[in-house]
Parts: sequence; C-alpha cells; structure tokens
Amino acid sequence: MAEPLLEIRGLKTYFATEDGIVQAVDGVDISIARGETLGVVGESGCGKTVTALSVLKLIAMPPGRIVAGQILYQGRDLAPLSTAEMDRIRAKDIAMVFQEPMTSLNPVYTIGEQIAEVLRRHEGLSRKAALERTIEMLRLVQIPNPDKRVHDYPHQFSGGMRQRVMIAMALSCSPKLLIADEPTTALDVTIQAQILELLQEMKSRFGMAIMLITHAMGVVAETAQRVVVMYAGKVIEEAPVEALFADPKHPYTQGLIRSIPRIDTAATRKARLEAIPGVVPSLLKPPPGCRFAARCKHAMPRCRDAVPPLLDVGGGHKVACVLYQPEMAA
Amino acid sequence: MSEPLLRVKDLTKNFKVGGGFLSRNAALVHAVDNVSFDIQSGETLGLVGESGSGKSTTGRCILRLIEPTGGEVWFEGRNVAELSAAAFRSLSRDMQIIFQDPFASLNPRMTVGAIIGEALTIHGLASSKQAYADRVAQLLETVGLQPDHMRRYPHEFSGGQRQRIGIARALAVEPKLIVCDEPVSALDVSIQAQVINLLEDLQAKFGLTYLFIAHDLSVVEHISRRVAVMYLGRIVEIASAHDLYARPLHPYTEALLSAVPVTDPKARRKRIVLQGEVPSPINPPSGCHFHTRCPIRQLPLCSAEVPPLEQKRDGHWAACHLRS
Repeated sequence: MAEPLLEIRGLKTYFATEDGIVQAVDGVDISIARGETLGVVGESGCGKTVTALSVLKLIAMPPGRIVAGQILYQGRDLAPLSTAEMDRIRAKDIAMVFQEPMTSLNPVYTIGEQIAEVLRRHEGLSRKAALERTIEMLRLVQIPNPDKRVHDYPHQFSGGMRQRVMIAMALSCSPKLLIADEPTTALDVTIQAQILELLQEMKSRFGMAIMLITHAMGVVAETAQRVVVMYAGKVIEEAPVEALFADPKHPYTQGLIRSIPRIDTAATRKARLEAIPGVVPSLLKPPPGCRFAARCKHAMPRCRDAVPPLLDVGGGHKVACVLYQPEMAA
Repeated sequence: MSEPLLRVKDLTKNFKVGGGFLSRNAALVHAVDNVSFDIQSGETLGLVGESGSGKSTTGRCILRLIEPTGGEVWFEGRNVAELSAAAFRSLSRDMQIIFQDPFASLNPRMTVGAIIGEALTIHGLASSKQAYADRVAQLLETVGLQPDHMRRYPHEFSGGQRQRIGIARALAVEPKLIVCDEPVSALDVSIQAQVINLLEDLQAKFGLTYLFIAHDLSVVEHISRRVAVMYLGRIVEIASAHDLYARPLHPYTEALLSAVPVTDPKARRKRIVLQGEVPSPINPPSGCHFHTRCPIRQLPLCSAEVPPLEQKRDGHWAACHLRS
C-alpha cells in the first residue's frame, strides 16, 4: 500500500480541568490515503473533533495537551512543529471546515477580505489577484453573483451560503486534505443535500482527501469510502463503508446503526428501536478495559481486564472487541 | 368518524418584525398561514418541516403559549382560543408540552422534585405532603429515573435524563394531549432511541395523544400514525405515515424525503437536490409558496393561484395544482 497522506499514530490529547485530567482522545490510530473520503463517526464527547483539531494543532494549550503520539503528514511528524511551521501546513496542505458557519467567519470583515487574506498570506498573491481568485472560488461553490457578493458581510448570507463560503475559503489554496467537522449539522436537510453534493463535486475537481467528521450515520453511509467509529476517546471499529453497514462488528456500532429509525425500509410494521442503555462514561476516570462494557449486552468479566486492541478481522475491517479476539475465543 | 380530540382550523399567526415602536410600517412574518388538521384521541400526528416552516409556532399556538392571530383550536369540542384565562387554565391540565432543549427548559435553581411537582401544587392535585412526594417518586419511576433523584438539580443530569424529567413534568397533570416540540433533536442517537421508546411506552400505558413536531423525517415516520408536512407556514401534504413516505404527492415532500441520508451505502439514491433556499416568510412567493424551487412547476398557474389542500387519495391530502 502506498504511503498514506495522513497517519495518526497513538494520539493522546488530554485536557486539564478543575476536576482532573479528561482523556478526550486516548490512543487513536487513523490513516487517510490520498483522495480518499474517510468518515469519522461517534456521539458527543467521543473525541472526534478533538482528534481533528489535534491534527491542525488548533487545541487551546493549556488546558489541552497532546500527550503522546505522532501525526505524520506525508511522512513528516506535525506534533512537534512550532506555530510558524504549522502555519505553512494549514490552508495549503490541510484545511478545515467547521460546523458552525455563523461563528467561524469574522462578522466585521467582508467574506471577500477573509478569503483573500488566506490567498495573500499563503499563496503570496497581490490584492488584485487575490480578489479575482476569490470571486472564482465563490463561483465554484455556486454562490450567485459572486462579483457582487464578495463585498458582502457574513450576516448577509444564509447558513447554507455561509457554509459554501467556508468551503471556498478552505479550498482556496488547493489543500491535499480537507477536514470537515460536522459541516452540515447546523443545516436543514435540503440544504445539507446541497452541501454534501458540493463537497463531492469539489473533491472530484481538486482531488483532495476528505476527513468527514459527523455524528450522522446516514451522511457517512452516503459519502465516505471508509469509516472510523469512535467511542469515549478511542477507535473501536474501522471498515470500508459497505462492510461497516452490512456487517457491523462492534456491539456499539451495531447498536448505533439499529437505534436509528430508517425511512428507506418500506416496512409497514414499526419495530421498536433498539436503544443502547446507559450513557457515555465520563472521561475523567474512564472505566478500565473496554469503555463500552458498562452498556454492552455481550459484556463479560474479561472485558474489564484490559483495553481490547484494534484487530483486523479480514478485508481491512478492524474491530476492538474481545468477541473477535481469536486466541481468547478458544 | 368520532369527534377528534383536537381540531385546528385555519390557524394563523403573524409576527411583527422591524419597524420599532415609532414606526408604523412594521413587516409581518407569516409564520403560520391557515393551518388546519385534526388529531384523533390516542394517535400521533407528526409535523415536519425545515427551519422557519412554522411547525413550532403551530404547536405553541395550540397551547396558547403564543396567542394566535386567527383561526380556531377545538379541544374536546371547546374552542380554546375563546376561553377566558381561568377556563383555559383548567383546560391546560389536558394539554402539555415537551420542549426541545432539555438544558434551557428546566429551571436550574429548582430541584427535580420541585420542577415535576410544581404543576401538582398549581392544580391542587396533591392532598398532602406525603401524597405529593409519592406522586413525584412515581412519576420519576414512570420515566425511568430513580425516586431519590427528586432532591437533585438539573445540572446533575445528562441530556437524555433531563428530557425524561421534562416528560415527567408533562405527565404530572395526567394530560390527554402532549405537544412534543423536537423532543429528541438535541440528543445523541443512542439516547434518542431511548427517549422515543419511552414516549411510545407512555402512549400505550396512558392512552396519550401526541402532536410530534420534528425536522428529522425518519424519527417522525417512526413514531407517527399520520404526518403533516409544512412549508413556509402552510401544510402542503398530510397523509398516513406509510403512505406519505411510500407515495409522496407533493414535490416538496418528495425532495425532502430524497434528501434524507440513509444508512445503507448500497442504496445511494437519486437525489432531488432543490435549488436555492427557503424564501423569507416576510414576503413569501405568490401562489404556491414552493413554486420558486419546484422542479415540476407550471407557470403562470403555480405563481398565480394558491393550491388548496385537497384529498387526492383516500386520507391523503396535498396542496399541489399538478399532482392528483
């Protein structure tokens, strides 16, 4: 296999709080190939956003700290880089789109100024060239009348249009990796469909890899090629998208998929939803062993002994669960 | 057919915006525009729509949390909109609401017991201190919490547990109708399923009637017997849940359904991606509100005439000039 574009190895990002250390990301391995769309799914607090922010080193330090691990981008470790060195990576190599397009644009600058700033800083374009390129980018993300709208302020755009602006800004320097953190969560479903389609179009045009972080299993199923499932700061399953939905291995993934009502099944009977009992554990003092054990219907004593490693069960399908550990099964 | 528990007729709500207090020409937001529907006792009617479609305003007008501008709301044969404040208060026992945000809808300075028990005191439903405590404990158990939780404060609970507290509060007065306003949209999926199952259990146990308001079509389809779809303040389609999802009539419903991502990568379907955005409810498009985005529109008909909500098939109503 070719060298991955990005390889996260053993990442641990902790936060110091008044109550103690929160182990938000605790030993995560994720790799993304060139041009691939990787979905990272999980519920609130599973560490998916902190993982993404760690890659770009956008974690507030303190209270946050990358305690261990490597973030290899094209073979080079980003973890020890200085702020100035990271600045050269951001935007040109790795760019990010955030969930909330309201708060991630500066309200006192026009959107043109904000996109042009990126271009002038990272591409060294002149004011005039940056403006032209900005208008071109706005046209690409299908904002009507881009030559007029470029002089508008963020509040003059709707939520969906702001997200288009964010995508234009992120792609303005043709990054090789786009990290999209819940890019459609704040949007209505018809606007979500537009933005997901735009991301696909931009991907086929620019050929970048996308790390799509979301809590919505449906969004992942429709856009990603490979999926990583996170729970309580750890990766618990990883698989090609078809395999994950056809044959989820980890009891948590199974529960997650079954707890979602589906509208595509034309069933007249309405089966009761399979809820996962209990709640996500606190990451202040995570339980020893498998962090899902307390909510798992297959839990057995040895689940609490040690953290199950993420093992390949064939076809690139990896799962961290004692049910699939061959030597233990005997 | 028997008398419906709730009958909403031509409900309308306009909000004034802008203008300020010295200005005469404030604009009107047509949040709810001649909405009519019935809910039979014991059924769940789902109300779906995107932001600004007027679904929450409709729910609040029914409970008179917002005073409607026009129209009628009949509950068990009485017009709610015409009742005096005192008469309405006794009726309000029968109609309760569960809110979306379990963080904002519970008073952080009250114990859980006081939050749930407040309505018991207001309506004089507890004869003694002991009866009050017993009833609160029983309500907590009904929604899957522990009786000793009554002495704790809302911040000590997770989002899903807080939503259970909100449900217990609504149940305290033994209502007949509960308006569920996006009750699970703030929750994670695994918790969402717990709360949906709880709502279904309670409906079976107490014979409750729900108006279930949500933007998530799969959740609404799951819990509802019938579903109404709103767009810019109007109901564009109303049908049994199965019929609506299997054979939608209105082009907006079709687009809405096709936009929902499904959890099956093999079923990447042909999507109807609507162009443009929902127009402003201050100055909605003429005729059919949807004609500016409609893939099958026929001008000038669709921009000239408001399509009436008509029964196109048995129990299946739609407001479209072109579909029958």
